[in-house]
Amino acid sequence: MKMRLPARRLAIVGLVAALAVIPQTVGNNYQIFVLTLIGLYTMLTVGLSLVMGYAGQVSLGHATFYGIGAYTTALLSTKANLPPWLALVGAVIVTALIGFLIGVPIFRLRGHYLAMATLGFNVIFILIVKNESSVTGGPSGFTSIPPLSIAGVTFDTDVSMYYVVWIATLVILMLSLNIVNSRVGRALRAIHASEIAAETLGVDSTAFKLKVFALAAGYAGVAGGLYAQTVRFISPSSFDLLFSIELVTMAAVGGLASVWGSIFGAAAVVFLTQFIRDRLGDLLAGAAGEGEIIIFGMLLILIMVFLPEGLTTGGLNAVRRWQARRKENVPA
Amino acid sequence: MTFADQLAQFVVSGITQGSIYALIALGFVTIYSVTGVINFAQGEFAVLGALVAITVSQGASLFRGQMAIELELPLALAALAGIAASVLAGALVYRLGIQPARHASVLSQIVVTIGASIVLRGLMLLAWGTEPYRLSPFTPGKPIELFGAIVTRQSIWVMGLTVVTLLGLYLFFQHTLIGKALRASAANPGAARLMGINTLRMGLIAFALSAALGAVAGIVIAPVTFVTYDRGLMLSLKGFVAMIIGGLTSPVGAVIGGLALGVVESLAAGLISSGYRDAFTFGVLFAVLLVRLGGVVRRGKGQALVGAGL
Repeated sequence: MKMRLPARRLAIVGLVAALAVIPQTVGNNYQIFVLTLIGLYTMLTVGLSLVMGYAGQVSLGHATFYGIGAYTTALLSTKANLPPWLALVGAVIVTALIGFLIGVPIFRLRGHYLAMATLGFNVIFILIVKNESSVTGGPSGFTSIPPLSIAGVTFDTDVSMYYVVWIATLVILMLSLNIVNSRVGRALRAIHASEIAAETLGVDSTAFKLKVFALAAGYAGVAGGLYAQTVRFISPSSFDLLFSIELVTMAAVGGLASVWGSIFGAAAVVFLTQFIRDRLGDLLAGAAGEGEIIIFGMLLILIMVFLPEGLTTGGLNAVRRWQARRKENVPA
Repeated sequence: MTFADQLAQFVVSGITQGSIYALIALGFVTIYSVTGVINFAQGEFAVLGALVAITVSQGASLFRGQMAIELELPLALAALAGIAASVLAGALVYRLGIQPARHASVLSQIVVTIGASIVLRGLMLLAWGTEPYRLSPFTPGKPIELFGAIVTRQSIWVMGLTVVTLLGLYLFFQHTLIGKALRASAANPGAARLMGINTLRMGLIAFALSAALGAVAGIVIAPVTFVTYDRGLMLSLKGFVAMIIGGLTSPVGAVIGGLALGVVESLAAGLISSGYRDAFTFGVLFAVLLVRLGGVVRRGKGQALVGAGL
């Protein structure tokens, strides 16, 4: 154990250094945008991973909060004329609050019912955005969202937003690690293991689940707001049910109870999607979209069947089991 | 048209649409009772059955025009082909996805069926593209007037087939050996295994049967609404809501739930706002969930139902 702590710190320093240097080596704006997306998706996945992996609660509508964050930021900074940074802060508060309010009734549900209720909120959110076009721009989207600016500095280039997004992502990762390793994290794991046992020991499971859900909603609010300020144009299709499912895939790939895994999950899914778009597009004669969907679904099934703990945790466990077996075999 | 006529019209179209939800919900109930899995690919079975039936009866241009199918087989054969395709898909979903993951958590199994629905949707997009397809009505002819409402002949087919299917399922579950074995696996898998029932095979049969029910729903509604590759998701959601209203494991409840949902949706869409049609579905769902399962007493029961899977 003593060896692992410095190694972990080294890994964090290495990650930060790599993230800082990447924009200097990648010249292409599009690639920087893709890396920015990975940061945004990491924030979403960390929240989802806390809700699903630690609290053991299904959420099939996480894109709702991403969307609420994005639309609230857009509305506050255009129609309410707030400065963009304040609009972002407002959006995060609104999103976390909505998460809390939605959580109050639905966390009385479990399993399939909870899955269905979260999914239902996603469907309703998209319908509201599509129907109330005088406010939201409807199906065609919300345009000309002002870029983020803090104290006179405007972040209107891909590289500057890359840094803003990744700093936010790292802050959220650190915060989540602290939570996971604190009393709250232990309580959440206890709830996951056995809710009845946890409650017997004095853990107010509903209160903890609500707090985590609101926190994850807040993270999604940050991601949604920053997304709106990066692309400056949002439309309902970015926040639909399919994206919620994509987020579950990212969390599953990274490992449902792994904070670090979420970067890996987000990156793996984004790169895979890019790869399919770029390479398979030629192979399938323009059928890249279909290929993407099919491979996506298969990936989801394969991971759930063979590595339910996710690629990171599950993969590490598999390696450990293999090593243990080898050790047993050596003396024999 | 008087207001009463209008109401009657909404109710009739609601019952037609609700019959489809009922058929989908019957598939959900069958799978859930036997395996404890909620199968989110149920709507895809309906769409696949419909698309195959349309292709066999009217021909279609597949794979972006790279494969032209010129068939004009009779409707009965086309329907059989559609059902067979869905049954095959259902069996594959069970064998390749659900059976290997049967010891996993509820969450994992939900995600597996979502994955399966995505794969099926992608394959259908690949083959049929994004165009809407429509089947010609089973029996051509003028619509019939009933209590001031116009009822198309296809609507009568839809309602009739729902009743026939429910009766058929009842006879199957009560009076055949396989039906009884399925019920035994649902009631107590452990005891069923001790009695020599292969519960894995029962799971496979449940998936195949549900896929067939889904295909029937898809084929019978194909002349009423257009079929596109991505309609399955909404059908699944509606069917699932109907199943919850009906109490998860009751076939009769599922049918009542489906019909009630169809009528509420149709009335709300007609009288309040058509843009929010699907939102009303979930409004009904939330109301049912919170009233039936919200209380402290009911909480234990809900848990038991969810935990009752294999």
